[in-house]
Amino acid sequence: MTQQPQRLSSGSPLWEVFVRSRRGLSHTHAGSLHAPDAHMALRNARDLYTRRQEGVSIWVVRAGDVVASSPDEKDAFFDPAGDKPYRHPTFYEVPDEVQHL
Amino acid sequence: MDEQAFTTRVTGDDRIEPRDEMPDGYRRTLVRQIAQHAHSEIIGMQPEGNWITRAPSLRRKAILVAKVQDEAGHGLYLYSAAETLGADRDELLDLLHAGRQKYSTIFNYPATSWADVAAIGWLVDGAAIVNQVPLTRCSYGPYARAMVRICKEESFHQRQGFEAMSVLAAGSPAQRRMAQEALDRWWWPALMMFGPSDVDSPNSAQSMAWGIKRFSNDELRQRFVDATVPQAEFLGLTMPDPDLRRDEETGHYRTGQIDWSEFAAVMKGDGPCNRERLARRVAAHDDGAWVREAAAAYAAKHVVAHEVAA
Repeated sequence: MTQQPQRLSSGSPLWEVFVRSRRGLSHTHAGSLHAPDAHMALRNARDLYTRRQEGVSIWVVRAGDVVASSPDEKDAFFDPAGDKPYRHPTFYEVPDEVQHL
Repeated sequence: MDEQAFTTRVTGDDRIEPRDEMPDGYRRTLVRQIAQHAHSEIIGMQPEGNWITRAPSLRRKAILVAKVQDEAGHGLYLYSAAETLGADRDELLDLLHAGRQKYSTIFNYPATSWADVAAIGWLVDGAAIVNQVPLTRCSYGPYARAMVRICKEESFHQRQGFEAMSVLAAGSPAQRRMAQEALDRWWWPALMMFGPSDVDSPNSAQSMAWGIKRFSNDELRQRFVDATVPQAEFLGLTMPDPDLRRDEETGHYRTGQIDWSEFAAVMKGDGPCNRERLARRVAAHDDGAWVREAAAAYAAKHVVAHEVAA
C-alpha cells in the first residue's frame, strides 16, 4: 500500500470530492479540486460538482490522506478471491422442484 | 513498458487509470491535449463574458451567467484530469500565460453583437459537442469521466444559443440581419474547430491507436455540417458558403474550401483577439493573487490555532 503523494498548487492542497446524489445512496467520487482549507474545499466542491442539484451531501478528503492499493500488485492483491466460486449462490445446484431457495 | 501490449489493451477497450503503467508518449500526448482543452474552456469565458452586463433581458443574463460559470467548471474538471497524470496546475497555467501551450483558435474571434453570443452557443458549443462526445469513450479514465460531465452541460449551452438565435431570426428586419451576420462570422471558424484535414494532421494516427481519438477530424466535421445545415434552414438563415450543396447520393452536405491559411494565421497568434485574450487572462490571474494569498494565510493561521488548542 502506498500513500498518494501530496500535490501542491499555489500552496493549496488537492482534495478528493465525494457526493451523495440523493438520500439512500452512498457517496461517490466526483473529482478533485484545490483549496487552501477544508471549509473552502467544501464550498468549491458545491460550486464545482453540484451546480445542477447533483448532491445532497458532500465529503472532501485531502488527496494526500488517501491510501490506495498499488496497480502493480493488483493481481497478487486480489488473487485470494479468485478460487472461491463457492462464495456465490450460483455455485450450488438446486433441484427444480425446490422453491424459495 | 511493452508498447505493443499497451496498444492491445486500449484497443480491447480496457480503460487506463492514473497509476497504471503507460508509455511516455501516451502520457505526454494526454497532458498536452487535456491542458489545451482546459485552457480553451477558461479562455472561452471571455467572448461571452463581455456580454453579461449587456444581455437584452434578465432571463438571457441569468442564462449567460450560468453558461460562463459552466465554462469555468469545465476548465477545472479538465485541469484535475491533467493533474492525475502528474502535471502541476500552476505549471500548466504558466505555460498558457507564456504562450507555450495553446487553446482553441475559435476564441480569438470577437463577439461583436448580441447575436454573436447566440451564434457561439449554437455553433461553437454545437461543434464542441460533436468533438467531445467520442471523448467520453477515450481510453484514459479521468479524461473520459470529465467529458461525460462536460457533454451533459454543453447540451444546455447549445440549446440556449439556438433558442436565442431563433428569437432574433424571427424578429424585426434589423434583428434578422444581426442573426445572419453573426452566422456569417462564426460558420467558417466553427468548421475550423475540428482541426486540419486528416491528411495534414500528423498526430491523428497515433492518437487513434491509443484510443484517445475515435474519429478523424474530417468525419467529425462532416457530422457537424450534416446536423447544422438543416438547423440554419429552419431558422431561415443562409450559410455563407455559395458552394454548399447536398450530395444526393450520400445524403451528406458538401461545403466549399475551408481557408486553412486563416486557421494557420490565428494559430500562430495573428487572429483578431489573440493578444487581448491572453493579456486579459494574465491580468485576471495577477489581479487574483491577493485572494489566493489571503486564503492561504487564513488556512495557515487556522492550522496554527488548531495545533495550539490541541
